[in-house]
Amino acid sequence: MIRVVDLHKKFGRQEVLKGVHLELATGKVTTIVGTSGCGKTVLLKHLNALLRPDRGSVLIDGTDITKLAKEELYEMRGRFGVLFQGAALLDSMTVLDNVAFPLREKTEMSESEIRKKVEERLEQVGLEGMGYKYPAELSGGMRKRAGLARALIMDPEIVLFDEPTNGLDPVLATGIHQLITRTQKTFGFTAVVVSHSIPQVFEISDYVAILANGIIEEFKSTKEFQVSQNPVVQQFIRGETEGPIQAL
Amino acid sequence: MLSLLVQTGRFSLRVVHGMGGMFLFLLSALFLAFRRPAKIGLILYHIKTIGVDSLSVVFLSGFFTGMVMGFQGYYSLRQFNAESWLGSATALGLLRELGPVLAAFMVTGRTGSAMAAELGTMRATEQIDALDSMAIDPIKYLVSPRIMASLIAMPLLTAIFDVVGIYGAYLVGVGLLGVSSGSYFSGMESSVVFRDVYSGFIKSVSFGLIITWVCCYKGFHAPPMATGVSRATTESVVLSFILILVWDYFLTSVML
Repeated sequence: MIRVVDLHKKFGRQEVLKGVHLELATGKVTTIVGTSGCGKTVLLKHLNALLRPDRGSVLIDGTDITKLAKEELYEMRGRFGVLFQGAALLDSMTVLDNVAFPLREKTEMSESEIRKKVEERLEQVGLEGMGYKYPAELSGGMRKRAGLARALIMDPEIVLFDEPTNGLDPVLATGIHQLITRTQKTFGFTAVVVSHSIPQVFEISDYVAILANGIIEEFKSTKEFQVSQNPVVQQFIRGETEGPIQAL
Repeated sequence: MLSLLVQTGRFSLRVVHGMGGMFLFLLSALFLAFRRPAKIGLILYHIKTIGVDSLSVVFLSGFFTGMVMGFQGYYSLRQFNAESWLGSATALGLLRELGPVLAAFMVTGRTGSAMAAELGTMRATEQIDALDSMAIDPIKYLVSPRIMASLIAMPLLTAIFDVVGIYGAYLVGVGLLGVSSGSYFSGMESSVVFRDVYSGFIKSVSFGLIITWVCCYKGFHAPPMATGVSRATTESVVLSFILILVWDYFLTSVML
């Protein structure tokens, strides 16, 4: 269980998070939606302490990760996988080496075991035979899939997806959404997806939260969220510029 | 008046904060360099990028610096009828001063700027965040091996610069201007002592540390955008040059 309690974060004079409260169910897909620049990625980066809050806490199974020392935090991060917005593959390595990287650095597995597991993951994300390519040689969708393979290689309990379909065409975006659903069902991890792809994210999410004006304005099951009468939700779903969300 | 005081205070705080951050970064990188597991493979790789890949530029700059010293030294010494001291003047100048400083400048331009740009790009494309999220310390993985490699590669490059420079001056002095080959090397043998070599070695090691420290720090903390990376690269080169010269002055005054 991930609990976010009264999270505050400022960058300079700009207060991005103004007291976020959130409880994310284990083994489910929760999507955080919101307008561009509203602080979704900032919130996501607090969930595995890539960013430290000014105030508030993030509890993973009761442990406040904002107060952990580096060694303990790194141990906790072993439970996480992250798919970054641009996949964040190490561009000096091939896809195979990128996916194998956490195994080589953090486990005692033999090279043949690592290779077997990497090839298995690459096959699961539809990148079989692509291991020898460098990230610069891949399309945007392929890079995302390689990033997902790396995020899943350590069999994480929690996977964070930062705008997984950002910059992809609708067909590829649907493919990535289906891939997230399929891998989540296969591995049973808790997924936290940050996105503004409405209504596509409704198909993959068990729960949806909307971040606006620095707080979670609504957090409901996907069905309830879609029929919510909350004006913030209504404005966001309809894509209107007039309403409680400041558009510009 | 008050706003001037406030601005001065803010500027001072920013400078102190920046300097503190740089020192903590260095301490952290040095501490992690000696923690297991040792990154021998990465250190060897960076010895290649810092050392082997800088060989041609160090070789060329050393050779031409030596040739210029040959000309300048010859015409200066000739006024005192002391042309035979060309070898010792060249060797002392290169070993104690010009070799370490100019080799460090070449490495800053060739490798230091590339380090800052590479780490800055990694920051902008979230590759550093990705390492951190995989519980791999980015300072231990990206910075410590570069620092260790520069501590090994820099004295070797400086030695090559010195030797090539001495032969550059030999080519001009002996080959073109008629200084005797025997007096060129015997003068060198009689005037160069171990302390000259040692002081050059200490300088080159510390310059290597300065280059990787400054360039890695600037790249590591570059704002995540194109202008941020370019500014970090420029700042890393300029600050490295200045720190090399300032540190050179202190070392020279202590070791002379």
